[in-house]
Amino acid sequence: MLDSFVAIIKPLCQTEPMIDEVSSPKAIKVSAQDLVPAMDALYRNPTTYFDMLSCITGIDNGVQAATMEVVYNLYSIPFNHHLMVKVILPRDHAEVDTVSHIWRTANWHEREIFDMYGVNFKNHPDLRRILMPADWEGHPLRKDYSHQEYYRDIKVAY
Amino acid sequence: MPTDQIQYKSRPGNLILSEPNKFKVDNLRSEEMIINVGPQHPSTHGVLRLEVLMDGEIVKEVVPHIGYLHRCFEKHGENLPYNQVIPFVDRLDYVASMNSEHAYAMGVERMLGIEQQIPKRVEYIRVLVAELNRIASHFIAIGTYGMDIGAFSPFFWLMRDREHILRLLEWASGARLLYNYIWIGGLFYDLPVGFEERCQEFVTYIKPKIQELNTVLIENKIFVDRTANVGVLPLDLAINCGVTGPMLRGSGLRFDLRKVDGYSIYPELDFNIPIGEGKMGKTGDCWDRTYVRFEEIYESLKIVQQCLEKLTTEHKRTRDFDPQALVPKKIRPKAQDLYVRAEIPKGELGFFFRADGKSDIPFRCKCRSCSFVNLSVLQEIAKGVLIADLIAIIGTIDVVMGEVDR
Repeated sequence: MLDSFVAIIKPLCQTEPMIDEVSSPKAIKVSAQDLVPAMDALYRNPTTYFDMLSCITGIDNGVQAATMEVVYNLYSIPFNHHLMVKVILPRDHAEVDTVSHIWRTANWHEREIFDMYGVNFKNHPDLRRILMPADWEGHPLRKDYSHQEYYRDIKVAY
Repeated sequence: MPTDQIQYKSRPGNLILSEPNKFKVDNLRSEEMIINVGPQHPSTHGVLRLEVLMDGEIVKEVVPHIGYLHRCFEKHGENLPYNQVIPFVDRLDYVASMNSEHAYAMGVERMLGIEQQIPKRVEYIRVLVAELNRIASHFIAIGTYGMDIGAFSPFFWLMRDREHILRLLEWASGARLLYNYIWIGGLFYDLPVGFEERCQEFVTYIKPKIQELNTVLIENKIFVDRTANVGVLPLDLAINCGVTGPMLRGSGLRFDLRKVDGYSIYPELDFNIPIGEGKMGKTGDCWDRTYVRFEEIYESLKIVQQCLEKLTTEHKRTRDFDPQALVPKKIRPKAQDLYVRAEIPKGELGFFFRADGKSDIPFRCKCRSCSFVNLSVLQEIAKGVLIADLIAIIGTIDVVMGEVDR
């Protein structure tokens, strides 16, 4: 099953997509510049038809690994297929194209990841903070995050 | 930390909104205006703030501002062992904690590979309490929705009946709302002696009451006139926006993870998935969504009865049954990524775990909350409706802000 998904996106990718068997559901790793063509193909291809984007997760692998990950969980309602798509980004330049023009639900998920990790989603229609206040400093779920001492003269204590 | 210092200095600069409006007054046309709804408003079901761009009484644009109940679930999840996260999971969807606990416990058990070994009696008790809680959650959804649009008495009736469920769950777990009852690999306690009989009594008691609710609210002409053809959510938009749960079923798709994934013991149970069929108006309107919730109460009661039957016959209480027998002492899954999902009353609750294999603390614990995703559809379906209908639409989304903001 996974091989057929890889076969669909392979011609569109500039770098070879990799298979990750440890994840559940099984995952494909693609590079950041290949993400949108690959996702678009998975969405449109009549044999996959991933019409539901269940979840987008941001992961910070820490300062030592110096990478961040964005994980997309796709689901196809008619075929009952699951797929995880992973993108690994450099930590100091975390930038990836938005998929909110394919699935509208990505809009808020991406805003949340921008809020929590500072990943920049290019071409996103409305990239603002969503959970934290607009004038908050830093991105709280980064592994090296330390909170600001005062927010508008209110002490920020854990 | 107790302190005698003044912790807050008043400065004019601190009085600006923490989240600025998206629309600026200077850029508006002369007939347009901005109305701010919430965050403290009873019809927003919690601390939801809506910035509404109005043209007269017509809504042109809705911008939800959320985050007022943000309690850092994911940060806590990264700093606590798996079993200690469960009380935080309770506080996500605080009107249906059992369902969220069930989803979470299932995910960690799947990572540990003990999902198939859980005793049947434990699974039946889990489903029993989860379905009871689902009924309680739908009672809140329908009751407050009725109140939102002017029907006051159903709210009291449903709150009264919900209290019976909460008392049952309190009897089982010791807490009224935030249970910490379903543990990884088992349960906190077995059901108390006499629970099954009392629960059966409740089922007998509630059935005519639901019939009464149907007459007084669901099929009431005033209610139908108020909700039919309002806030129609087309199916393709619903799927594209990731909407799940009664909202998606209200739009006419028979999609329920209890059937689709068939997790826990749901494949052994007999129940139907009600969908919206446009009986009173267009498919996917506010009435359909309420109707789906209402019908789901019946289906949940069916499940409760089947569980009770199994729990009193095949999987009867025995003296040496220990619901904590399989609870692992140390929870240390292998290094892996896992996405688990389950149907809670609002839709698909998902957890994404990354275990590093070295510690009993998750490296990443992400919660995909259904209210968060369902709420994002509001700005799509509320365009061009009257402001009174906007309130009617928020009610059928059935948001619990604890879950939206996490």
